[in-house]
Amino acid sequence: MAQRAIREYDGKRLFAKHWNEYFDGFHYPFKSVLVTSADELRQKAKEHGFEWLNQEPLVVKPDMLFGKRGKNNLVLFKVNKPGDVTLEDAAKWIEEKQSHEVTLLSGQHGKLTHFIVEPFTPHTQDQEYYIAATTVGEDDVLYMSAEGGMDVEEGWDEKVTEVRIPINMNEADIEKTIRANIPADIPSENREAFASFAIQFFKFFRDMHFAYLEINPLVLIGTDAHILDLVARLDDTAGFLMKDKWGDIEFPTAFGMEEKSPEEEAIAEADSKSGASLKLTILNPQGRIWTMVAGGGASVVYADTIADLAGVKDLANYGEYSGGPTTGETQFYAETIFDLMTRYPDPRGKILIIGGAIANFTDVAKTFTGIINALEKWAPKLKEHNTKIYVRRGGPNYEKGLADIKAAADQLGLEMHVYGPETHITDIVRMALEEDKK
Amino acid sequence: MSRLFTRDTQAIFWNNNKSAIQRMLDYDYVIKRETPSVAAIVAPTSSAKFEKFFWGPDEIMIDVFRSTKEAVEAHPNADVLLNFASFRTAYDVSMEALSIPNQFRVIMVTAEGIPERLARTMNQAARDAGVTLIGPATVGAIAPGAFKIANIGGTIENIIKSKLHRAGSAGLVTRSGGLFNELCNIIARNADGIAEGVAIGGDRFVGSVFIDNMLRMESNPDVKYMILLGEVGGTEEYKVIEAVKSGKITKPVIAWCIGTIAKHFSSGVQFGHAGASANAERETAEAKNKAMREAGIHVPESFNDLPRVINEVYTKLYNEGVILEIEEPEIRTIPANRRPKNFICTISDDRGEEATYAGYPISSVATPDTGKTIGDVISLLWFKKVYPRWAVDFIETVIKTVADHGPAVSGAHNAKVTARAGKSVVESLVTGLLTIGPRFGGAIDGAAKYFKYAYDNEMTPAEFLAYMKKQGIPIPGIGHRIKSVRNPDLRVEGLKKYAAEFFPSTPLLDYALTVEELTTSKKDNLILNVDGTIGILMVDMWRALGYTEKEIDDFIESGTLNSFFILGRTIGFIGHVLDEKRLAMPMYRHPWDDILYDVKKAEEIG
Repeated sequence: MAQRAIREYDGKRLFAKHWNEYFDGFHYPFKSVLVTSADELRQKAKEHGFEWLNQEPLVVKPDMLFGKRGKNNLVLFKVNKPGDVTLEDAAKWIEEKQSHEVTLLSGQHGKLTHFIVEPFTPHTQDQEYYIAATTVGEDDVLYMSAEGGMDVEEGWDEKVTEVRIPINMNEADIEKTIRANIPADIPSENREAFASFAIQFFKFFRDMHFAYLEINPLVLIGTDAHILDLVARLDDTAGFLMKDKWGDIEFPTAFGMEEKSPEEEAIAEADSKSGASLKLTILNPQGRIWTMVAGGGASVVYADTIADLAGVKDLANYGEYSGGPTTGETQFYAETIFDLMTRYPDPRGKILIIGGAIANFTDVAKTFTGIINALEKWAPKLKEHNTKIYVRRGGPNYEKGLADIKAAADQLGLEMHVYGPETHITDIVRMALEEDKK
Repeated sequence: MSRLFTRDTQAIFWNNNKSAIQRMLDYDYVIKRETPSVAAIVAPTSSAKFEKFFWGPDEIMIDVFRSTKEAVEAHPNADVLLNFASFRTAYDVSMEALSIPNQFRVIMVTAEGIPERLARTMNQAARDAGVTLIGPATVGAIAPGAFKIANIGGTIENIIKSKLHRAGSAGLVTRSGGLFNELCNIIARNADGIAEGVAIGGDRFVGSVFIDNMLRMESNPDVKYMILLGEVGGTEEYKVIEAVKSGKITKPVIAWCIGTIAKHFSSGVQFGHAGASANAERETAEAKNKAMREAGIHVPESFNDLPRVINEVYTKLYNEGVILEIEEPEIRTIPANRRPKNFICTISDDRGEEATYAGYPISSVATPDTGKTIGDVISLLWFKKVYPRWAVDFIETVIKTVADHGPAVSGAHNAKVTARAGKSVVESLVTGLLTIGPRFGGAIDGAAKYFKYAYDNEMTPAEFLAYMKKQGIPIPGIGHRIKSVRNPDLRVEGLKKYAAEFFPSTPLLDYALTVEELTTSKKDNLILNVDGTIGILMVDMWRALGYTEKEIDDFIESGTLNSFFILGRTIGFIGHVLDEKRLAMPMYRHPWDDILYDVKKAEEIG
């Protein structure tokens, strides 16, 4: 739950949906479609309301959260000369781009799945502007520039005016402050129109709970506003407030992110269904040290310590379980980890860290029941991989929890060392590794 | 205020989170606080007036209100709000609390995932009001030996093991709530515990940040050194570095930022909290740890090395005499098995040397030389207050006025018939009492209720009459069978005279008399009768005694006014029953000729 990116298409759709409410004095000719294939585009062109796909020259770009599409040569706006792209050109281009994996200049790579198709908007450089808003520290900041286009980041300091707007500033002062800071190089005949747009843009950014909103370039032709390119992130914690205003909004995963493994997917699904928190990220499936740590903060210090003492290559996973998972949920989580950690052999054997801070009110013995059940099922495999288990935990009923898990391990013939609050939380990592050296 | 909390700090707990509140009260009991740390609970949908909690082996009641406003009106000293509302409502609850001027000094917000813009607005509003806002997304704060918020510190056993039951020397600030306990454990094992600790919360935008809390700790004489546990992400630690460099913080600081692991992974893996993600090099745990070390802050090699550094700093301060040996205080223990009590009594107590009425020994109110009357006893046992003389005398006047109204009224008649059937005094009495209700004696309640309603809603007498007509109810307390304007009821005249002389003011009676003017202009006998006068004057009495309108409405709703009639008329009923017993009258049988017999043969149906 945090700030999450949305597609350019969805950002524009939000503008269009609320345009009349916010952008007094401007017209936004919202013509935009999002397609996942060339055929979908061809089909779309037959629908009523989308005749423009056949009538106007088009622009096509992937719409998958990454920027610098121009530099990556991933914008189709001309075949021979700018503004001559037909529907069929666009469809063919999509087909070609989808026929292979794409590697960006940043190194991210993957398949292109979503494209945004829009009319080509002829305009002159002096009609282009840059406008963006975000939150810096505790304040909102509005960025404005008389120069739009993809090179705005070069020469940022000279070109862009920043306006800080504290969260508690009233409407009148917001308007006054923005007006007072309109970039000097905007010609006087356009200043009023731009100021009016900027004020309304800021209010839209604020009221819609955007975390980041950038139009680059914004093209103002008379009273027509053209949003040629857009980047947006929403604060998804506001979802419950914005249900109607956002409508059905998608938060896609970033382009080039490795697909989640089935195990990670399964834990994420269990997490979404549970009141408790279950998180799992596999960092190195062949890693030697596996962790099963209770609590978000504790999981970080274990990861820190393993990276410090053993090196990050040995750290197989990151994750945590907390918020009072049921015995069944804990068992499922433990079994998932046991399964993963017994897939690749390591000549040095495996280390399993069952760690955690001193619980507030989670019954440790109860939580451990789920882990014991999982141990019983996976003991032969764990032994096969020469697994040493180190346990450290405190909190309600921890003595019983530690005694129970130790007894179970002894009976199963597993090597296990258990420690309570008298041992420093991460010291079991050091002990496990020192044991190693002997 | 250099200390966040003291042993006298009391909180309003928003949301009836019973287990968390019980943990606070258990802590209070263990550390021998005199007052519970929770003064009141706000539960908007609750109909309860209080909630029972254990206080050591005993039980106490904590007031429950439907709004924060009502809670602080009743508990103006409670200057901490523990906002346990969900992420949907936590913002509104905080903003409402901040709109009450000069009430709250500290607001703690536990909800995780409040929309960022709302959280920022809330945090800024708190700063503007000079209120320390702890959270959102936190387990709270603790001042050992004084006050603990909700679940922080864990179980009582852990609290004692971690020396959180009495003040130590360290000031502790963390982002993570889960590691807060762990840090307290480490500090207890390697030093002498903490003097004050705050988990500032894991969301991106929190109210009070590290520096706010550390500057307060700098001025808190109990804090001898500070421990900061930061996290990857954000730049709050740099404010602390600035304060150390500029000399605003002079006490030794030990600090560590967790999340050094993050540097190994370019993006995509969220380590820890929502706020924990580095957007720039200087936000990494590495950069912050390095910068802190360079500023002269004690920074360990790793988290695993933290206990050693804490011990080192503590030992040095101890050897220098900055930190003194702490005398371990005596603590009380919570009984292992506690049973909730089935009954509650708030009016009298027979456990001591002498039984008491609302804290007053019986002998201090019983005999004539005490100057106390039955009115005083009623004020103690019914209202748990010592009423002034004029009110006590009024109550007694009412009792005397309603004691009897002859043998013909239905209650007295029933009592007499039962007595003649050979039943005992108590059986005969209750037969009479059971007759009391809406038609017999109930006009006192009704008059108070409707006249107060009309007065509160500023109805003119004509509007009031129209309203009652619409309701289809004759106005309670108006009308008499025999008495009229020209032939006034002397009991009523007596009550009015007494009130005129001794009541500070009688707004409701004055209003009722304007109503009477209108009703008697229609019909001569539509006068304000004795029931009406009593009910209305009782309301005037309570108003003059300073009761809130809500409390008065509660009195009326719970049948308190009827109680005066029940008590008074019991005197008369017993008189009639004893009269029958002495007369030894035979069994009563009603004569046939006084009954209209109209019995038809039952029809067969179905």
